[in-house]
Amino acid sequence: MLKAVEINHLTVQYPDVKALDDVSFVVNQGDFLGIIGPNGAGKSTLFDSMLGLNTKYKGEIKFFGENIRKSKNHLKEIGYVPQKPIFEKNFPATVSDVVRMGLRNESDENKIDEILQQLWIHELRDRRIGELSGGQLQRVFIAKALVNNPKILILDEPVTGIDQQSIELFYSILRELNSKQKITIIWSSHDLDAVNKLANHVACLNRTLFFHGMSEKFFSDDELVKQYSEASMQEHMHHH
Amino acid sequence: MSLEILTYSFMHRALISGIAIAILCSVVGLFLVLRRYSLFGDAIAHSSFGGIALGLLAGVYPLWAAYGVSIVSALIITKIKDKYNISGDASIAVLLSSGIAVGLVIIGLSGGFTIDIFSFLFGSILLVSVDDTILILSLTGIILIVILLLYRQILYSTFNEEQAKVSGIPVEKINYLIVFMAGITVVTSIQLVGVLLISALFVIPNVTAIMYGRGFKQTAIISMSFSIFSVVVGILVSYILDITPAGTIVLISIGLLAGTMGIKSAGLLSKN
Repeated sequence: MLKAVEINHLTVQYPDVKALDDVSFVVNQGDFLGIIGPNGAGKSTLFDSMLGLNTKYKGEIKFFGENIRKSKNHLKEIGYVPQKPIFEKNFPATVSDVVRMGLRNESDENKIDEILQQLWIHELRDRRIGELSGGQLQRVFIAKALVNNPKILILDEPVTGIDQQSIELFYSILRELNSKQKITIIWSSHDLDAVNKLANHVACLNRTLFFHGMSEKFFSDDELVKQYSEASMQEHMHHH
Repeated sequence: MSLEILTYSFMHRALISGIAIAILCSVVGLFLVLRRYSLFGDAIAHSSFGGIALGLLAGVYPLWAAYGVSIVSALIITKIKDKYNISGDASIAVLLSSGIAVGLVIIGLSGGFTIDIFSFLFGSILLVSVDDTILILSLTGIILIVILLLYRQILYSTFNEEQAKVSGIPVEKINYLIVFMAGITVVTSIQLVGVLLISALFVIPNVTAIMYGRGFKQTAIISMSFSIFSVVVGILVSYILDITPAGTIVLISIGLLAGTMGIKSAGLLSKN
């Protein structure tokens, strides 16, 4: 099977803390990987390193066999959906403006309508983005990430501000992208149940990788699930 | 009398240069406003004051010295801001005050050349020469072409730097390019409204247009229209009433902004 992503001994040392410690795993093409772990577990650092936003790491990151230190070609194959799409609230851009920003080949104008239709937001095409709900905004950013036909979709799931109906729609979109369009998905989530339902692989991260494998294996191991739940519960209490 | 003024060639030059500057300032200014860099134009203008004084002292054409000093200091302050993590507003304050300080010291050293300085502080659009007009038109053309060619990259990195980086856009280079273009735009516009009122041209039409526009291009076109309207009406009215063009232009654009806010609070514009 073709390796989409290969992470070897990834270590990131911040001045006061080791954010990632010797993390290694492989994502094969077509996988749907759910990354779970408490806040501060290093998920964002892992994503930042994969996306070229953090270059101060030890170890090796490869996309389709190519080391990302040597070339930025991999960015062309990635669609990225950030956790919090930060922008000026009154930024004068419509939904189609935002999706068009993602479009590398500006002559593919039809692609914008196609992707908006696919994600059920075509009627929002000419609305200003500041007027949208959290769930609609999330779909706009997925559309922007998909408009170049990426082979890999990386999503940092937002935790708050999205209603239940939008979350369900979001999950069904992810499922379809992976099963029908064969897009490799790497998805960080806080929702264990959703990961259980959607992902076929699970990576459990808490600075170091303490599980990576098939999701059935993770969810059938009560000890592992308990360990994860306790870790995130402690983190949760720590935060309040 | 009111139609007669349109036959004067100095008035043709003033209107042509004014319209070019109006378009340039509103386009470059839109990116600055959206980057929360509204006062950057003001800061560059103040630093150009140092350049103008230097030019007058050295016997070089003051605007050439202003181009050099403004662009270099704008690039340096951007570099310092990134390197030492100084906030945008603080770096603007540093740039703004150092330009004026350098200018004042040079003027003091030279024994003062107040008359020349006045036209740079408050603009002198009715005095633009044919050469000035050609220069203004050429620079406007070049900057607009650059913006059109790099439209997606500039817009995307204005919208969200991090995501633009992830999609492979060289965000740092684009940022320096914008600062560079802002420097050229400011010094080019000094002849129209002077050092002290530059930021009005950068900011006011854009703040007004953002209240009307939906998409980005629509907003840019509305901003340009307001800007051109203010400049043309401002130049003509100020000539007829024999008052200062710079102040009149800015007051008209403030009037458009106030009118828009009135329309908006009356509920005639959608709130966004």
